[in-house]
Amino acid sequence: MNASELASSYELVVIGGGPAGLAAAALAAKAGVQTVLFDENPGVGGQIYRGITTTPVVNRAILGDDYWAGAALAAEAKASGAAIVNGATVWTLDPNRVVGVSIAGQARMIQAKRVIVATGSMERPFPIPGWTLPGVMTAGAAQTALKAQGLVPTGRTIMAGCGPLLWLLAAQLLRAGAKIEAILDTTPRINWLKAARHVPDFLLSPYRSKGLALLREVKGRVPVIAAHRVEAHGKDKLAEVVFATGAGERRMKADLLLLHQGVVPNVNLAMAAGVAHRWNSRQLCFEPVVDADFSTSVRGIAVAGDGAGIAGGTAAAERGRIAAIAAVEVLKRGASVTNVQTLRQSLAREGMGRAFLDTLYQPAPSFRRPVGDTVACRCEEVTARQVRDTADLGCEGPNQMKAFLRCGMGPCQGRLCGLTVTELIAEQRRSTPEEVGYYRLRPPVKPITLAELASLPKTEAERKAVER
Amino acid sequence: MFKRLADAGETVSLKVDGKDIRARLGDTVAGAMLAAGVDRFRTTPVTESPRAPYCLMGVCFDCLVTIDGVGSRQACLVPVREGMSVETQLGKREAGR
Repeated sequence: MNASELASSYELVVIGGGPAGLAAAALAAKAGVQTVLFDENPGVGGQIYRGITTTPVVNRAILGDDYWAGAALAAEAKASGAAIVNGATVWTLDPNRVVGVSIAGQARMIQAKRVIVATGSMERPFPIPGWTLPGVMTAGAAQTALKAQGLVPTGRTIMAGCGPLLWLLAAQLLRAGAKIEAILDTTPRINWLKAARHVPDFLLSPYRSKGLALLREVKGRVPVIAAHRVEAHGKDKLAEVVFATGAGERRMKADLLLLHQGVVPNVNLAMAAGVAHRWNSRQLCFEPVVDADFSTSVRGIAVAGDGAGIAGGTAAAERGRIAAIAAVEVLKRGASVTNVQTLRQSLAREGMGRAFLDTLYQPAPSFRRPVGDTVACRCEEVTARQVRDTADLGCEGPNQMKAFLRCGMGPCQGRLCGLTVTELIAEQRRSTPEEVGYYRLRPPVKPITLAELASLPKTEAERKAVER
Repeated sequence: MFKRLADAGETVSLKVDGKDIRARLGDTVAGAMLAAGVDRFRTTPVTESPRAPYCLMGVCFDCLVTIDGVGSRQACLVPVREGMSVETQLGKREAGR
């Protein structure tokens, strides 16, 4: 579908085609709601089900059953009657639910009665020395390359970090025939003590058997080394990984270093729409304030899926359905929908092992709050020392920091430095991330060209208006 | 850094800095470049240091390239097309360029 085929208004606009967005769009469209889903990737699936309708990875064992579960979700959304538009970048959402979207260079402003933001999560910044070198990527990037395009790392590959995705990716890469030289496990040892009280819930959760099987599969085939410092060295690209273990410093030659220390909500669109956010002290990130239906502080705008706080792919679909039911109840009173109580119960079950995982894999302070010349803001190449020094000079928050250092003002719009800068300022000023706050985000949340803006349809009256 | 797991199937050809590369239909520009061994997508405007894709999911903007004359496109979000022309982006912004 191209921009000129879009209606000027929809009853429901869903932004993001991962599990939450697909489930929400399918449920609403089936209940008779006029629904459009925008997704900026070439195909649906989001990150967890990336390339689900097009992946060249035919051996189903490589990506595993949890990945292939996404196929049913994609098929359900396709059959539901919702308009699903890929290659559609949403660059603004305002509190009156006007959605600015760009498709193949053509922009449109769409009025929605209800909006479900399902923009999901992204990997937490992993600011270590050398993390900007070519050859250093996120684990999620390697997983995307595998799912969407069947690409497998060659050469000497090292993985570093902590969290469930690290182990899942290691298993998938091994099944795909890749060789992994080592996994540098940065999970702080003290986290095992902190997580101990959440063990009973974890043992009852669906994560337990899956997680233990993955650990067994990987640990039998790859050396796992506990590391409390990791650095990427090289001139124009990665050459060597240097890391500190309990037995001293070690070096390994490497062509590819895959970093991961958990995922955090991708907050840019919801924040720019004015949705209130708060600091989550267990997941160490900002998340939107939502009610039981995933409605936000802005009327008519819901945030579902991992964008509302990290809970995983299965929970994301359930959250999407719950948010969609709330929309259907307003838009199509009396339409028959799934029993919301059943969904809430399975969502609660799904959440059972979460406290254990969040606590166990909470990244160490040294991997979240860098020092010295380590780059904090990748776009404007601002170092941790610059941010710390500026905070010491009296700079109170990330927005003032922009004026001093330009950090957060490059093309990624703070996505890769926001949490780092907030935490650094909080540490320097002996304050809290909640108190320090986050970058003030403004539209457009993705860059668009002037030609795209100029392509917006205008009436004669609008063309002649001096101001509106 | 990467090799293809499966036979590429239907392929298209595109130019990267004037050099022909073949890609699988369905690849993103970034995926095609990585599979072809490109390990420098751009240099930064501040220190002119080299960059290659970091996230491959549209959030890091390190894969910015010029595609068919339009600069600063996210290579990880744009699907390849037959005959596409891609250029890596170099260095600081210069007046008159």
